[in-house]
Amino acid sequence: MDTKIELHMCANPDYLCVARAVARQVAQISRLKKKETEQITLAVVEALTNVIRHSYGGPCDKPIVIKFNKIKCPDEKKMALEIVIRDFGKRVDPKTIEGRDLDEIRPGGVGVHIMQSVMDKTEFKQAEGSGMLLRMIKYIE
Amino acid sequence: MTNDTNDPRNVIKAIRNHDQDVIIELAGEIDMKCSAKIKDKFKEIFQQKPHSVIVDMTEVNFMDSSGLAVLVVALKRSRINNSALKLVGLTKDVLSILEICRLETIFHIFDTTDEALSK
Repeated sequence: MDTKIELHMCANPDYLCVARAVARQVAQISRLKKKETEQITLAVVEALTNVIRHSYGGPCDKPIVIKFNKIKCPDEKKMALEIVIRDFGKRVDPKTIEGRDLDEIRPGGVGVHIMQSVMDKTEFKQAEGSGMLLRMIKYIE
Repeated sequence: MTNDTNDPRNVIKAIRNHDQDVIIELAGEIDMKCSAKIKDKFKEIFQQKPHSVIVDMTEVNFMDSSGLAVLVVALKRSRINNSALKLVGLTKDVLSILEICRLETIFHIFDTTDEALSK
């Protein structure tokens, strides 16, 4: 049976623990191993933190929608966990979203690099109407 | 100084002095929600000009880039102060985020607090 979970939360760091708990449980139900489960949990938190900080400019009551789907990848012919995160904040050109140079030792700016490192695919798009849409894929081995 | 450990949201479990060193014990899950609180506590600790600050992370089971940023700021403070910042008891998942960001070599990492105190 496909995993289809949709979580609606406001852009408040108080609820990051809720998103984390849901991500962990969905990954476990999707039969991902412990290491992959923690990687997915980390990617979800990094994505939500970026939405709160950059799309909405800080904690607020505006919505974030997180969808978890267990899918069959048509190109790869294997199962994967797909996570889609939609916000309704600032729209940016997806080409400008990239990790910074890691040789520079300073705090912050590594969220995108972490997401890209721990997930098999990450793709940013401008959502219809307003905001951004992030699609992340983790293959189930 | 010891804080109430019954509150799971309380990521700063305890802070204690050991001669000229300060040991801060963190616990639980470190994210954007609590990182500012830890950052402020590090600032307070470094104002005491300790010889070294030992961060016991044995009970930290999740840390994101917000937590990592706090550690980088603390490391910078330690260098300004001529103090040492030592990380103790990192779980595989916490160590992994340091490795992803290629920061594992800039921190002094130890298995136990005793080992960190002796070096």
